[in-house]
Amino acid sequence: MADTHSVIGTKNKKGQTFTDTWEMLNEAPRTPSFFTGSEVIKEALRRASCDVMIAYPITPQSEAAALIGELFAEGYIGDYFRGESEFAVMSQCAGAAFGGARVFTTTAGPGTMRAMENFPMWAGARLPIQMIVTCRGINSPLSIQPDTLEIAYLLNTGMLVWHAETAQDFFDWILKGYMVSEEPDVHLPLALCCDGFFVTHTKDVVNLTPADMCLPPYDPYRSPVPCMDMECPPVRMMRDPFVMKSNYISYATHASWQQEVWAAVERSRKHTIRWINGLIETENIDAEVLIVSSGTAVSQGREAIRLLEDEGISCGLVKIKSLRPWPGEEIREATKNAKHIIVPEFNVTGWLAKEIKASIPNSDRVNAGPHVCGGMTMPPEIIVSEIKTLLGMRTMSLAGRGS
Amino acid sequence: MSKERIKISEDLYDIMPSDYQDLVKSATYGKEDRGWKDIGNSKELIEQHSLCAGCPESMAFRYILASLPNPEDTVMVGSTGCTSLVFPMVAVHNIHSLFGNQNAIASGLKRALSVRFPGRTKDVVVLAGDGATVDIGLDMTLQAWFRQEKFTTICFDNELYANTGGQESGLMQKGFVAKMAPVGKLFDKVRLPEIARESGCHYVVQCTVSKPSLIEKVVRNAVMISREIGPTYLQLYTPCILEIGKNSMEGLQEMRDSEKPTERFAYKEFISEPAKELLAELAAKDKEKKAAAKQLAAQGA
Ligand SMILES: Cc1ncc(C[n+]2csc(CCOP(=O)(O)OP(=O)(O)O)c2C)c(N)n1
Ligand code: SF4
Ligand SMILES: [Mg+2]
Repeated sequence: MADTHSVIGTKNKKGQTFTDTWEMLNEAPRTPSFFTGSEVIKEALRRASCDVMIAYPITPQSEAAALIGELFAEGYIGDYFRGESEFAVMSQCAGAAFGGARVFTTTAGPGTMRAMENFPMWAGARLPIQMIVTCRGINSPLSIQPDTLEIAYLLNTGMLVWHAETAQDFFDWILKGYMVSEEPDVHLPLALCCDGFFVTHTKDVVNLTPADMCLPPYDPYRSPVPCMDMECPPVRMMRDPFVMKSNYISYATHASWQQEVWAAVERSRKHTIRWINGLIETENIDAEVLIVSSGTAVSQGREAIRLLEDEGISCGLVKIKSLRPWPGEEIREATKNAKHIIVPEFNVTGWLAKEIKASIPNSDRVNAGPHVCGGMTMPPEIIVSEIKTLLGMRTMSLAGRGS
Repeated sequence: MSKERIKISEDLYDIMPSDYQDLVKSATYGKEDRGWKDIGNSKELIEQHSLCAGCPESMAFRYILASLPNPEDTVMVGSTGCTSLVFPMVAVHNIHSLFGNQNAIASGLKRALSVRFPGRTKDVVVLAGDGATVDIGLDMTLQAWFRQEKFTTICFDNELYANTGGQESGLMQKGFVAKMAPVGKLFDKVRLPEIARESGCHYVVQCTVSKPSLIEKVVRNAVMISREIGPTYLQLYTPCILEIGKNSMEGLQEMRDSEKPTERFAYKEFISEPAKELLAELAAKDKEKKAAAKQLAAQGA
């Protein structure tokens, strides 16, 4: 059963020291390293005390998934294999998590969609699996380019959903994500999303924690539901399976469990705030114009703000880090003085703008867009142009806009 | 899990549910020669069931659970279907997640248990319907075998989708008229036992559940071989009496009729060379043990 003695300070078989996570991430020295996003995922995993990683190729996460295979070959991961499809992989992840393992996987675009049936099951079964989603197009005709539409589908699964802007976010959040997911009052899967290629395939300076420190191992006996390993008495789970019953008790059981899953998402709020230093980050929110976004659209927003400053226009920024739990109150507070709220997004439907509109008063302040999709980049100029148009200023005509 | 772990503190004994008390007092955990003969004498690992009255699946469940060589360290994986009505009342850890993904769940589970409990036995046994095994889950069934995952797959073959009301399945007989096969099924019953052999299963048996002693033997063999060597597969005929229009008393006769040498459920068995060796080893050990016991008894007399 649960270990009562601490492993902190002892070494794993690779000679890494199990280190208190707070200390490792907030106090230990950091080494600046120049890495691609995929390499950063590998480096985070090296330090994650991960038991099982299951892989399947799909651009743009294939490289990261293969690099973690190298970690396995070096002995850093308990087990690793390539599954036969994303649907199977996510079920294999579930099986490993049911068996008490700390589990990691990565996917993207069509892979996320192929596996979708698993995600509400993961949440309902309270499996704290971590899945990296390196977003890419899910449209037809086939596209492998960056596009964040798939995140919209994840938002109602009961998973925690975070959206990283940079490779540094990624490194820290992979490790911190397990800390939030595995809290007994949370115990939910985490979809840690980033915009494919922009984060996975570009090089950036990332400050890494020491390679000889790793997370404490996952303790499955802190789970709110029994671990399926026959190490605790096998109570019969129910007298009457609820699935086929059409009666009030059955409905009430299903209803209350769904409510409990969403209550757990809510309870993750306090842990998320502590670990990633708030669900949002803000800059200059007294400005009349605010860019509110997530992922790499935030980076493009930062550039746009610089260009606007050159023209004497003051514009603030809200970076949304966590989409589930949703920072409704934080956004309400941060946008209370804004006259114009610009929501740039890398997808065609503008799901983030819809979420924001549903959370704030006077939602006609929200300008959904600019949108790019299908792999287009988002030049800061189109954000600038959108803002100037909103302010009634003349803008240069941009190619393709026909203005 | 040792039997110690399920012991009840004396102070709490009277407030524990009676079936848990029974489990501690008279379960067959840890009993090496457990088998179908324990049914009725010892606490069984299955409580009531909510299958149709007389459904052969209920017998199959009892025989299988009585025959698991190591229930105190066995985790079962189910799927959606009539079997999922029974699992909540089974006293070994068991997982239901989705329809058809049982062999994927079992692959991840077995690997996690191997990582977490090196050097200890943790058996994984999948039990799912024919729709789950052969139709919607076929790729995961086969891929687990290709990968040589070390667990046992048991298919309750009732030749149709019972739980959704009797639709055509891949294991249904050709010509059978069913929902979604309005003019009769147009293709042959899928030859999964042969496919299992070709896919890398080390022990494959197809039979009916008319004889508990046979089920005991094949379940034991399948679990022991999957523990030591690689994947094993049992395809058991458990007719859906409801959908083929039989009374609750008629399930057994239906199985007896279909297992005749010329019928489609005639006993079929494939064993790989390494599995044959293991079975011979196990049989030799068994014989030794029995001889030693006999000698001991003779000395005592
Ligand atoms: C993804 C998905 N598709 C379809 C179903 C509906 N469904 C539930 S049980 C079942 C049939 C089960 O048939 P089988 O595996 O043969 O088991 P049986 O009920 O015959 O024992 C189906 C189609 C489902 N639950 N999930
Ligand atoms: S529907 Fe058929 S298989 Fe399901 S419980 Fe009833 S008789 Fe058994
Ligand atoms: Mg069936």
